[in-house]
Amino acid sequence: MQHTTKRFDEELMQLKEHVLSMGALVERAIKQSVRSLLEHDEKRALRTIDRDHAINAMEVECDVLTRDILVRRQPAAIDLRFVLAVMKVVTDLERMGDLAAGIAQGTIRSSGNIPQDYSNLDAIAEKVQRQVHRALDALARGDVDLALLVIEKDSGIERLYKRMYRELLTYMMEDPRSISASFMLSNVAKNLERIAAHATNIAEMVIYIEKGHDIRHVDHDAASRILAEDDD
Amino acid sequence: MNQTEEKPEVKIAVRDLNFYYGDKQALFGNTLDIMANKVTAFIGPSGCGKSTHIRCYNRMFSLYKGHRSEGEISFDGWNIVDPEVPELELRKRIGMIFQKPTPFPMTVYDNIAYGLKLHGNYSKSELDGRVEKALQDGALWNEVKDSLHKPGTALSGGQQQRLCIARAVAVQPEVILMDEPCSALDPIATAKIEELIDELKKDYTIVIVTHSMQQAARVSDTTAFFYMGKLIEHGSTHEMFTKPKNQQTEDYITGRFG
Repeated sequence: MQHTTKRFDEELMQLKEHVLSMGALVERAIKQSVRSLLEHDEKRALRTIDRDHAINAMEVECDVLTRDILVRRQPAAIDLRFVLAVMKVVTDLERMGDLAAGIAQGTIRSSGNIPQDYSNLDAIAEKVQRQVHRALDALARGDVDLALLVIEKDSGIERLYKRMYRELLTYMMEDPRSISASFMLSNVAKNLERIAAHATNIAEMVIYIEKGHDIRHVDHDAASRILAEDDD
Repeated sequence: MNQTEEKPEVKIAVRDLNFYYGDKQALFGNTLDIMANKVTAFIGPSGCGKSTHIRCYNRMFSLYKGHRSEGEISFDGWNIVDPEVPELELRKRIGMIFQKPTPFPMTVYDNIAYGLKLHGNYSKSELDGRVEKALQDGALWNEVKDSLHKPGTALSGGQQQRLCIARAVAVQPEVILMDEPCSALDPIATAKIEELIDELKKDYTIVIVTHSMQQAARVSDTTAFFYMGKLIEHGSTHEMFTKPKNQQTEDYITGRFG
């Protein structure tokens, strides 16, 4: 149902559009940074790093819109939850942008020392990108089920990362010449794992908006139980 | 769980309250508990019945022919719906503040003393003491202590309202009903009254009808939402304003009504 004050609806819509635009920029940054690494493409990496400014600028724009709504509209209930959630989502997105730029940095630093095998990284990268996409989709549509899926899948990514890390450790121990490359791979994997964690944060915020439950730092089973309680 | 935590006390228990202005039914089966030493806010669009509802608590309607309530309002062993309930005593125990300040056409001193003299016999010094305490409790003493014999009507709007509150607490009520007490006041006067409400709830139970949702959010512990004579939802103020259970409630508080 529309607000009596049409401008309020417009302001909320504008804020949502801004956040989703920022999300699109972040998705692209992640994709491009991974690709720059897998293809040893320094130009692509530099472009990604440069574009991080645009993501940071959007964070500021979103904050300005949010403050304006808080000051002028004193939002309540779902409107309030939306604004509070967006404030956190925007912070998560900005961090994701930084992490993508960090991956691109890895491309540039490792130019003389390219690792042999990227298959593990490729696997993690693909899963992470899917998570980010799901989370933003869930936000766009207010899709609680999709948000819950993101939360559920997060532990799988963490497991993949830990496995890869252990593998890299063995390489480093076997052959000290591989340390530099393995170290870089490990950092990149860590960044990807962190990106996925932020995507999970976004999913938790979707649930907060739609259901009013704050399930951060709660495990998935508990979350499902809490959400089930409301369904009459 | 704190062993010494007391069970929350219900001050007024309303069950299935109906109200009629002659043939016209204005309240439909209202049921809720007013908790002691808490502030309960009633919100809802114009004509929703929130003022009608609180006026059942002190039987204001008995001044008018054809107005009647049905159901149960339990207050300390009384059923306030019962016409046999002693009204003078009731209105001492349940005081009321109105939207438009209503100082008596008397001095500030006499405004307070009038009610006291109705309900008891006091020596001059006792009366002086009680008047001072009431004005202290109404956060007005410092502003009027040197002009107690000036007319109550010479005070500003905000001061008049605090005079009315002082007058109400002078007779040591248990419940204070406030029907849009700040509607006619500027933001500073409003803030002073809200601050006073926060102090008063330590000793009294307060029910406040308000048009301002922000005020309800600021001052109350519990909020009740009325619409067309029905009590749609009530609960903790925090929950009502972050996660109301009822769609109508949400539509009202987010400005999607009408």
